[in-house]
Amino acid sequence: MRERDVPQEGNATLAGHRKAVYAVSDDGKLRLVSSRGWEVEEIVTRQAVEDLERRAMQARARARAGESSPLEYHMYRARMDVELLSQVTGLWRWRVRRHLKPAGFARLPPALKLRYAEALGISSEALDRVD
Amino acid sequence: MPDSFVHAHAAHCESGVMSSLLHHHGLPISEAMAFGLASALSFAYLPFIRINGLPLVSYRMPPRAVIKGLERSLGLDMRFETFRSPPAGMDRLDALLDAGRLVGLQTSVFWLPYFPPDLRFHFNAHNLLVYGREGDEYLISDPVAETTVRCAREDLRRARFAKGMLAPKGLLYYVAASPVAPDWVRIGRRALARTARIMLAPLPLIGVRGMKLLAWQIERLPLADGGEHARLYIGNIVRMQEEIGTGGGGFRFLYASFLQELAAKTGHAALDGLASRLVEIGDRWREFALAAARMIRGRDALSPPALAERLRALAAEEGVFFQSQHRVQRAWAP
Repeated sequence: MRERDVPQEGNATLAGHRKAVYAVSDDGKLRLVSSRGWEVEEIVTRQAVEDLERRAMQARARARAGESSPLEYHMYRARMDVELLSQVTGLWRWRVRRHLKPAGFARLPPALKLRYAEALGISSEALDRVD
Repeated sequence: MPDSFVHAHAAHCESGVMSSLLHHHGLPISEAMAFGLASALSFAYLPFIRINGLPLVSYRMPPRAVIKGLERSLGLDMRFETFRSPPAGMDRLDALLDAGRLVGLQTSVFWLPYFPPDLRFHFNAHNLLVYGREGDEYLISDPVAETTVRCAREDLRRARFAKGMLAPKGLLYYVAASPVAPDWVRIGRRALARTARIMLAPLPLIGVRGMKLLAWQIERLPLADGGEHARLYIGNIVRMQEEIGTGGGGFRFLYASFLQELAAKTGHAALDGLASRLVEIGDRWREFALAAARMIRGRDALSPPALAERLRALAAEEGVFFQSQHRVQRAWAP
């Protein structure tokens, strides 16, 4: 990549920041160049973010319909999945899965609820709500 | 507070942190040199590690490889501390800062508020430097940020004690004694040999063979669901290659810069030729990323076999490249 070919496409995903890339300058030496982003990066980043957002929205609809617990929505909103939530809380995956169902969630003792809330970075009361 | 500290923008967090840290302690070493001397370039396809349902693809050695690699090759006197209790970890950080130390931390990107929201994923091995504190805030030099930033105590605690894969456990590190200038030829040769060996390793998931295996997997991606999964799968590969602080082309440009610098430092001109070749290979990686992104957006028809073909060509090119890197290294009389 030549220095003049470094993309400066103003990626929304960078939120105004610039990232460093390496490119060949006119004297043939590689140099650090600040880039406002490349559309390719924006496409793949938005794709990953939108996939997580879509999962969160679907979980929200399910929670409102009473098909799943608010925990599922909050899990996806925190960009996690069952695997990660299980690692972060130290609970077995099958237990996490059980708590994603309304019946399992309703039986959660306050201590466990606090553990989930702490892992997701929200308050225990917020965990009950689906905003 | 280390008042002479100078922040430097870098492509990659770990090599950037080590470059700034060693600069501060009187050994000026660029990010590219830090990356290359630690033999951090690689390729790995690890299907048994899944993140949001997608396999791990990496263009470099695992986290901490740069720090540990430099510690060994430069003979650094570094200290590493992890903590069971977050308050103990925060107190220790405060004590080191008050003693005027420049401290490196391993953190989770997700809990760092100064990161752009779209880039905050659960990646637990992000490195940054803390150079001081003011009231409730820490003064941070994050190599991937253009300028220094600030982070509240509570946020930093969360980021340092995030759990899950690669959990940092509050890891902090610092340089205990000033480093001395090394024998560049000796450690340069060793670093070149190591990277060539890894890239040509006879293991199915690593290096050139890892690329071939990934190509085979891409070719077989099911399209029955309208290509939804296939698009996410190839998007993930491109994200690991371009978006997450690689300096472009999956660290290939960064490594080429290392080869150039090593050539200038040691006068071994054959390395310049290698650098130009690797820049060309990096450009092929960028073309691969562009082709993939166009398919994801639907500008071109989704064709996993076409991408697999590109990846195979890249594997062949890198195979030849690292064989010649191996030869250059062997022929380099100390």
